[in-house]
Amino acid sequence: MADSQAELSQTRPSENDGLQEPCLRVPDAPHRPGEEPRFSRFVQQPADLPCPDPLADFSELRDHAHGLVRVLDDDGVACGAWNPEVSTDLLLEGLKIMVQTRHFDSRMLTMQRQGRLSFYLESKMEEAVAAAAGLALESGDLLFPSYRQQGLMLIRGATLLDMACQCIGNTRDNGKGRQMPVHYTWKKGNIVSISSPVGTQFPQAVGAAMAADYFGRPQVVATWLGDGTAAQGDFHYAINFASVYRPPVILNVVNNQWAISTHRNLATGGRSFAARADSYGFPGLRVDGNDFLAVYSATAWAAERARRHGGPTLLEMYTYRGSAHSTNDDPSRYRPADEGRFWPGGDPVERLKQHLIHLEAWTEEQHELLNEEVAREINAVVKEAETYGTLNEGPYDPPETVFDDVYEELPWHLKQQRDELLEEGE
Amino acid sequence: MPTMNMIQAINSALDIMLDRDPTVCIFGEDVGYFGGVFRATVGLQERYGKHRVFDSPLAEGGIISTAIGMGVNGLRPVPEIQFSDYIFPGFDQITNELAKMRYRSAGEWTAPLTIRTPCGGGIRGALYHSQSPEAYFTHTAGLKVVMPSNPHDIKGLLISSIECNDPVLFFEPKRLYRGPFDGDPHKVPTWANQPGGDVPEEYYKTPLGKAATVREGTDCTVIAWGAMVHVARKAIEQAEINVELIDLRTLVPMDIETVAASVKKTGRCVIVHEAPRTTGFGAEVLSLVQENCFWHLEAPIIRVTGWDTPFPHTLEWSYMPGRKRIINALKKVMEP
Repeated sequence: MADSQAELSQTRPSENDGLQEPCLRVPDAPHRPGEEPRFSRFVQQPADLPCPDPLADFSELRDHAHGLVRVLDDDGVACGAWNPEVSTDLLLEGLKIMVQTRHFDSRMLTMQRQGRLSFYLESKMEEAVAAAAGLALESGDLLFPSYRQQGLMLIRGATLLDMACQCIGNTRDNGKGRQMPVHYTWKKGNIVSISSPVGTQFPQAVGAAMAADYFGRPQVVATWLGDGTAAQGDFHYAINFASVYRPPVILNVVNNQWAISTHRNLATGGRSFAARADSYGFPGLRVDGNDFLAVYSATAWAAERARRHGGPTLLEMYTYRGSAHSTNDDPSRYRPADEGRFWPGGDPVERLKQHLIHLEAWTEEQHELLNEEVAREINAVVKEAETYGTLNEGPYDPPETVFDDVYEELPWHLKQQRDELLEEGE
Repeated sequence: MPTMNMIQAINSALDIMLDRDPTVCIFGEDVGYFGGVFRATVGLQERYGKHRVFDSPLAEGGIISTAIGMGVNGLRPVPEIQFSDYIFPGFDQITNELAKMRYRSAGEWTAPLTIRTPCGGGIRGALYHSQSPEAYFTHTAGLKVVMPSNPHDIKGLLISSIECNDPVLFFEPKRLYRGPFDGDPHKVPTWANQPGGDVPEEYYKTPLGKAATVREGTDCTVIAWGAMVHVARKAIEQAEINVELIDLRTLVPMDIETVAASVKKTGRCVIVHEAPRTTGFGAEVLSLVQENCFWHLEAPIIRVTGWDTPFPHTLEWSYMPGRKRIINALKKVMEP
């Protein structure tokens, strides 16, 4: 895919100007509010890139780091060497998870606007990144997500009710109301606790994968961060430790173009996040993140490579943040309000739907019914969730539980503070 | 019972824990093939294999963060940060991730790390091989912070730390590794025939959260940790005052019972630490003594500390709290 070198070019003072004028180059987004959005078209076609054996040398995948792994063409037909040829049942499952995630996000957003949640983060237009990867991995594989892969929770056995209770922080929240919404933890499904500092999970995932090799387990570890976060030191620790110890880890950079108002041009001067892996001696693949089949296929390929002791893979999931960063963000202040309409990568739900219709495994009517059914389900879930406590009225866990889980056992100074808190309450 | 220096005692503790628990692993800069720049891990890779004791890239932030991931996935890692001055690239991972993992996951996930790191001055290490950064970590809920002062304790406390399911910052006063430095920069003492120098070869534990009364006394309580325990002991001998000396050993959770009982008995208190004064851990000890012992105090509590400056090179003995600074404080606190 042609990228944005032209967007980056800036006039520099000519030599005759000497150094009297500032010449610091500060890149900007390709478009701002009031400007026409400029996206490079997806020129890479599904048939363009070969799919080597998962144990291929990384040098065979250099084109994949600069190109784009795609499966679904513009008509929703699966083609090319990366077609995973999965069952329609799996595709329907993926579709349902994406639809559930989108409805859930939308409903939680509304609840935040109504003051019933403190905060929310949507994954709109990025649902395939979590849904397809989650289905391509095995249940014993350990996941270190960021805060925009909520689809993983559904795949790993959490219910919409579990998720709603976490977002509210009520007495049924398995996280005891300690974390902001969407910062899930789900040990039953091998999902490690999500934190707000961005990128910290990346090197942790590498360490966890080293532990998998230490024990000789056939376990893969997968982790996700965003394009903005790929500027953090933790990204670089992770990629370097991954290159040294070659553990079974899949490092996903979800390139959704924006980190709040920071365009990916500010995250890197390079054109491809995936290409970073090349200099560390392992494969990096740029993947059409809104193509469910491409995400599934690339993840399955990387997982097989990892399980066969081929080491790490970096996957750049090229996608688009279809929502605000969070409920505290107003993107119309920094990107054109109609930017999403110009995004060339399409909508992952629509594209998978179109593919299933093409396969004659799905119809528009069935899709409409699914939407209705999921909307009804979420209505019921929210109603039930609030019977376990609401954000504003409670009930919450008892106040003294703020001291639980700081340490395995309560030390004397926390007992003393707990008693002080209890006295306050009397 | 054999005499061990602190390095040998650490090595013995690590050896025992590698042998007893297959989930214990050690890694860090130079710790594998070479055995560590202070030799604490000598022979361990040979004995237990490369996957149990291994070298890492030079990236403290990478060491801490990957160790957290290993801990989350079933290991009990004992990473080494070669000098505590270099721990700060891992600070976010320690304070925001490691310390909060149990809490933020409501007990679902933990990472039982013991981070070993040499600290303290007196080795001509200047700004960046001499610091005592314990207070940065005592301020963070979820961490335990330990600083032993002799071979017997360091072995027992290291075993307790590794077995502890909470993360432990394990500070090793490097000037004490080879002998009980007592404030005389020209003397090179050894641990032979010194209290704490006899170390059982077998497994034993020294409990976390328990201070040690190094010497009993009636007129004043000196509270110290790390290398300052020995400097204070010598200063007390020279001052000829009947002083009770307490070695905190564990800073978090601190042994308030031992401290409060002593100060209530003596009525006077001097706190000695090597780190700079302002918001050093001495400030916390002082507050706790004040809160618990105010009506027994006969004089203001005094802190003897490093200065609020970076750690200097040629003038390190002007920086480090020495016997004279401690004796002056003792005289002052004993003024009627």
